[in-house]
Amino acid sequence: MAEVLVYVDHVDGAVRKPTLELLTLARRIGEPVAVALGSGAEATAATLAEHGAVKVLTADAPEFADYLVVPKVDALQAAYEAVSAGGSLAAVLVPSSAEGKEIAARLAVRIGSGIITDAVDLEAGDEGPVATQSAFAAAFTTKSRVSKGTPVITVKPNSAPVEAAPAAGAVEALNVTFGDKATGTKVVSRTPRESTGRPELTEAAIVVSGGRGVNGAENFSVIEALADSLGAAVGASRAAVDAGWYPHSNQVGQTGKSVSPQLYIASGISGAIQHRAGMQTSKTIVAVNKDPEAPIFDLVDYGVVGDLFEVVPQLTEEVKARKG
Amino acid sequence: MSLRIVVCVKYVPDATGDRHFADDLTVDRDDVDGLLSELDEYAVEQALQIAEEADDAEITVLTVGPEDAKDALRKALSMGADKAVHVEDDDLHGTDVMGTSLVLAKAIEKTGYDLVVCGMASTDGTMGVLPAVLAERLGVPQVTLLSEVSVEDGTVKGRRDGDTASEQLEASLPAVVSVTDQSGEARYPSFKGIMAAKKKPVESLDLSDLDIEAEEVGLEGSWTAVDSAAERPARTAGTIVKDEGEGGKQLAEYLASQKFI
Repeated sequence: MAEVLVYVDHVDGAVRKPTLELLTLARRIGEPVAVALGSGAEATAATLAEHGAVKVLTADAPEFADYLVVPKVDALQAAYEAVSAGGSLAAVLVPSSAEGKEIAARLAVRIGSGIITDAVDLEAGDEGPVATQSAFAAAFTTKSRVSKGTPVITVKPNSAPVEAAPAAGAVEALNVTFGDKATGTKVVSRTPRESTGRPELTEAAIVVSGGRGVNGAENFSVIEALADSLGAAVGASRAAVDAGWYPHSNQVGQTGKSVSPQLYIASGISGAIQHRAGMQTSKTIVAVNKDPEAPIFDLVDYGVVGDLFEVVPQLTEEVKARKG
Repeated sequence: MSLRIVVCVKYVPDATGDRHFADDLTVDRDDVDGLLSELDEYAVEQALQIAEEADDAEITVLTVGPEDAKDALRKALSMGADKAVHVEDDDLHGTDVMGTSLVLAKAIEKTGYDLVVCGMASTDGTMGVLPAVLAERLGVPQVTLLSEVSVEDGTVKGRRDGDTASEQLEASLPAVVSVTDQSGEARYPSFKGIMAAKKKPVESLDLSDLDIEAEEVGLEGSWTAVDSAAERPARTAGTIVKDEGEGGKQLAEYLASQKFI
């Protein structure tokens, strides 16, 4: 059976959820071989094995943390060469983070392969894996294939369920020789983002977002209270971020994160194209807005025309009461 | 010596228009007005600021695209770029990111550069990988997705805000950078700038000028194939209620009925 390389996104050995979703998709195409790099790489193996990785190739070196992107491309290329030399390699799958896409694209140009980014689904096909993507602010759905080389495909979070599928997950050391370009861009310092204790925006099952109607940084506590009652992540529209009310890392939309949760609650967000691009594929959409003409109401499964400062706190209380 | 900056820009269909695919499943550019990709305005702005800080700098704005793409170059020139290069060739229709990056890399090398500045992504393709591929092809450092950027003594520095951390980056020139929409509001062209832009030189190049064969680009030379494109079915109309004092409770009721609570 053909093998599928899966690039592992992890923080000090803790595997992030999108990688487990990739394993689900990889198993549709072949046998997943995971590639974990950097500090804690070996610690990923148990989780990866539980979700279907037959092998886990690991490498650690200071270069992975000290220099941007290229050392990881060198390592992924080493994994590509090692696996394709031993048999047939069906695809290389990488999580669609900003860094993941850059790693994948540089690998693709090096190995002479086409690349598809931001797939939301993946199936086996007669001419190689078929990727589903959203286009034009999610107004269109396309199906694409890589027509040259080994397909390199990046996949967005929440594109597949996490499935238990125990496999061997044998750890093998990956031999990596860094090229002379690996140390081109130095990471002089790194400040970890402070944890809010809430789920990661792109991975959350429920997202509660606030926009222009929230009208001030201090008022975002209303949005956060609802999010916390539901165990949700907090998002913000570009208008709210540009106004300085909420951090850019929480922006949902074309130039922020694109989310696809089970439930998206938009409060005080009009629903401009820039925002829709980032949330239109959510399964269920709910909105609270003062303006009955707001375009967001064209997207919703349920909408309340009203003052968010009345409706949202009442909803929060009701959620708490029902959850007991 | 003068700091040579090349800004890569893209001419895209207006994102607020009714964008479609053409029959060959490439982006339809006929039915929607085109313009300079909004995210590339940030690249032009940062290039202008870097040039203003440098003693001596020259900004060349570069695009690959059809005849109308000149509009995007004109806009960048009116913002303050010094000259433009337009790569235009009928064989380019349908080129994917691999082909586009090849054309840009050759045009950048032909123009001569110390610093390449790109936007974070185009507003039509939205892949966001071209700057990294360009750095790979040019064999120079990639300093991408910066919210802050500066150039001093042959070194480019910047801040990259990632998913899990914010990083301070540093690389020697020549280098490829990309900037995000957090890097600072782009200036509006002044009337004087618009008038001056009309006199600024726009060089036209075709594939033969860049020693690129037609087979390496275009729809045929693409390393990916789009098999189908379907309009997402409109979402079925939902229930809209007016808050009469019980809106939050009604919403809770709905969420409970959908098993979210």
